Amino acid sequence: MSTVSRQDAPLLSVEDLVVEYPSKKFRAKPFRALTDINITIGQGETLGLVGESGSGKTTLGRAVLGLAPVTRGKVIFEGNDISNASRRERRTLSRDLQVVFQDPYTSLNPALEIGDILAEPLGVQGLQKDAARKRVKELLDQVGLPSDAIHRLPREFSGGQRQRVAIARALALSPKLIVCDEPVSALDLSTQARVLDLFLQIQRDTGVSYLFVSHDLDVVRHISHRVAVMFRGEIVEQGLAGTVTRDPEHPYTQRLLLASPVPDPDRQEQRRADRHRLLEQQRQQTEQAGAAA
Amino acid sequence: MSDSVETAAVAPSALPTGQSGTVVRSTVMRRLLKNPLGIASLVILTTIALLAILAPVLAPFEENFANISKTLAAPDSTNILGTDSAGRDTWSRLLFGAQLTLLSALLCAGVAIAIGLPAGLIAGYYAGRFEAVSNWVVSILMSLPGLIVLLTIRAAFGPSVWFSMIAFGILISPSYFRLTRAAVQSVRNELYVDAARVSGLSDLSIVARHIFSVVRAPIIIQTAAIAGVAIAIQSGLEFLGLGDPTKATWGVMLSEGFKNVYLTPSLLLWPALAMALTIGGLVLLGNAIRDALEDGEKIKHRRKRGPASGPSGGSTTAAPAKARPSRKSVAAVEHGTEHHLVKVTNLGVGYPQADGSIKKVVDNVSFHVDRGEILGIVGESGSGKSQTAFSILGLLPDNARIVAGSIQFDGNYTVAPGEDRVSQERLSKLRGKRISYIPQEPMSNLDPAFTIGYQLVTPMVRVLGISKAEARTRALKLLTDVGIVNPERTFNAYPHEVSGGMAQRVLIAGAISCEPDLVIADEPTTALDVTVQADVLDLLRELQQRLNIGVILVTHNFGVVADLCDRVAVMQNGRLVEEGTVREILRNPKENYTRTLLGSMLEGKTPMTMLVSPPEGPVAHGEASRHASAEKEPVA
Repeated sequence: MSTVSRQDAPLLSVEDLVVEYPSKKFRAKPFRALTDINITIGQGETLGLVGESGSGKTTLGRAVLGLAPVTRGKVIFEGNDISNASRRERRTLSRDLQVVFQDPYTSLNPALEIGDILAEPLGVQGLQKDAARKRVKELLDQVGLPSDAIHRLPREFSGGQRQRVAIARALALSPKLIVCDEPVSALDLSTQARVLDLFLQIQRDTGVSYLFVSHDLDVVRHISHRVAVMFRGEIVEQGLAGTVTRDPEHPYTQRLLLASPVPDPDRQEQRRADRHRLLEQQRQQTEQAGAAA
Repeated sequence: MSDSVETAAVAPSALPTGQSGTVVRSTVMRRLLKNPLGIASLVILTTIALLAILAPVLAPFEENFANISKTLAAPDSTNILGTDSAGRDTWSRLLFGAQLTLLSALLCAGVAIAIGLPAGLIAGYYAGRFEAVSNWVVSILMSLPGLIVLLTIRAAFGPSVWFSMIAFGILISPSYFRLTRAAVQSVRNELYVDAARVSGLSDLSIVARHIFSVVRAPIIIQTAAIAGVAIAIQSGLEFLGLGDPTKATWGVMLSEGFKNVYLTPSLLLWPALAMALTIGGLVLLGNAIRDALEDGEKIKHRRKRGPASGPSGGSTTAAPAKARPSRKSVAAVEHGTEHHLVKVTNLGVGYPQADGSIKKVVDNVSFHVDRGEILGIVGESGSGKSQTAFSILGLLPDNARIVAGSIQFDGNYTVAPGEDRVSQERLSKLRGKRISYIPQEPMSNLDPAFTIGYQLVTPMVRVLGISKAEARTRALKLLTDVGIVNPERTFNAYPHEVSGGMAQRVLIAGAISCEPDLVIADEPTTALDVTVQADVLDLLRELQQRLNIGVILVTHNFGVVADLCDRVAVMQNGRLVEEGTVREILRNPKENYTRTLLGSMLEGKTPMTMLVSPPEGPVAHGEASRHASAEKEPVA
């Protein structure tokens, strides 16, 4: 696979990352959200991060973006340790490192026009008004929105269109890596398909890398080159997308795969039976392990 | 490119709330001017402010010019409002007094804002130590007895209006602090603030661009109220004789008038009138602004209501509701359909609009469900699937109208043909007992103030008429039935102490607790993790087979449909597109829309390929992106 050779010089690598949140209670042990995370993402590559709610997948994305406290370990982007980057360093980084959040309803300021939202990152980088305007038009075109969207407010758009605006904002500075935090899970099925197409198209056109966080194994399988599976703050399995999402090794990933229903009654019945068999088998293994110990 | 589905999918529930003040700001002024109270208060306040500003021009005399030969005179052509006990012109003093009184009120509000607003912004945005310390200071300030502090200040610094107003401004600054802090806290963790951080905006720009706009409106309202209070307090001090006698203010004039109340009562009247008009004007203005902001909120809610009519589904008809006679006696159902558990015939649900038309969100929908059968209603947001389910449950909002068709349950009409509302009288006998409901969000459907046990027992006692102890035994058995390992613990737990999957099991237990014939499940697994979803689906299937109940499952997930349903109805824009057995619909869909939906499923697709838009084709979307990439230039 071509992606393997790309990994020689990873764009992003996360080494032994630990994230802890101080506990609210006095002198209580801090809450550990992430334990010893190791991932790498190459240029033009998509790493899918799959896990259930509370598994820490969103926290990992936020730690890369500098929105979660790094307790130990390193986040290395293009050879520089950015785990404790200052606000000024972050401003420089924001050209190369961007984000698309899950909820297209709260990720856009309801009081600002689409044009102003898209021009914001451009203004931070010191782009002139005219140039910024031109770029905003390009961006709207790129994500398939009409150019009259510039003077409209976010509430005038549907969920899928808002997510397109959020993607356009992330693309504004032509970044090298975009952290996508469940970007399609709030969308309808057909809208989800269109937005996934857009993500793929953008990657083909610009060679951007994605850290693609999702709870949906099908989505992750579709969009990723490689997949990492998170469970209780740890990565339990990591590898090529086809292998991890079709023939997983870790018991948790196996459960996850068989839990996702397929749109055909007979195949779903088969999958259901497989799942029950797997659960029974895993239960017996746990019991044996418990008896042995 | 305009994709009809996407445009139609204006999600009903997700509009941001709580920020109406900033969202609708462009129309607030217009609405304020439409409100008679708003315009009246604006006219009064502007007039008084103009009089105060123009006092040096308008006033015929100096404020302290005394004509000792003409004391307590009645109005005449020289002194249009008469003179006071020292022979000073009341009209002139009233004008100069307005100047001083208004300025001091502004000073007080200004000081309070200057302290409270930045402190509130910092405390709300950064939290941490600054917030803790400022909370202490605020608590101390608020526990000080205001009037006594003001008297002390007066004793220490002399009878200056300015000193006392600065002091009062400091004393009242906590109200701004708390207001600002609360507003900032509510948006501090919004994703758009995070996005701004990722964009590299400095904290100052984030606060100025994204956060300040949230507090602006409440600050204006608060200032109107505080200026009024400041005038009242200041005049009160002066009325007690603590003001500066060399300056003309309304308070000093009031005090003077009070001394001569038996000789010239009008001396009391004019300053009192001026104060009443100003304070009243300020209070009304504050109320009018608030009304203007809340009006926006109401309109937004109304807009939320009619989400299902997209461009193609927004068929509006002239209100036929009035013409439909409402009958007292319920007609018998059509012969030969009694055996259906539920039968919906040509159902139409609509919402009356401001212009008198009715916006249909469900249009000509017919289907039926038999005992022991699971019907899936599939569609995207705005397809009218939940509205259909709610009309069977009789839980439509008050302003909803049944514009066509009928619903029958177990051989009796719940909505007879010709009725324009769901009969609550008929449905309340069925709901909870024979028809029950499993909602989408398990957590928001359990009351956080009561234990799970209480919430299970109460309906059983009410509906089944059994004793509390019996209901408790039953509830524990139900919790075991829905696969909860430690029912006793869950029974005594509060909703926040259990997980989402557990909460959904509890709600399922509640739904089957009164042995219903029909369960309506509205996206019962959408909020759950995939592995939990699989468990809950297993549970639903097992219960449905064991109890032989009819189920209407509303969902957008074809996997869930394949797992549970016997028959499927596909809805789009309020209409029923296609109906059939699950194998028919999933394997050989006849309608294009069903095919599009199934085509959007990711299962079985080649990874990394386009799902909807062909990679090379005349589709607008692909064209646009290629076009854009071709002429893209490096930026910055």
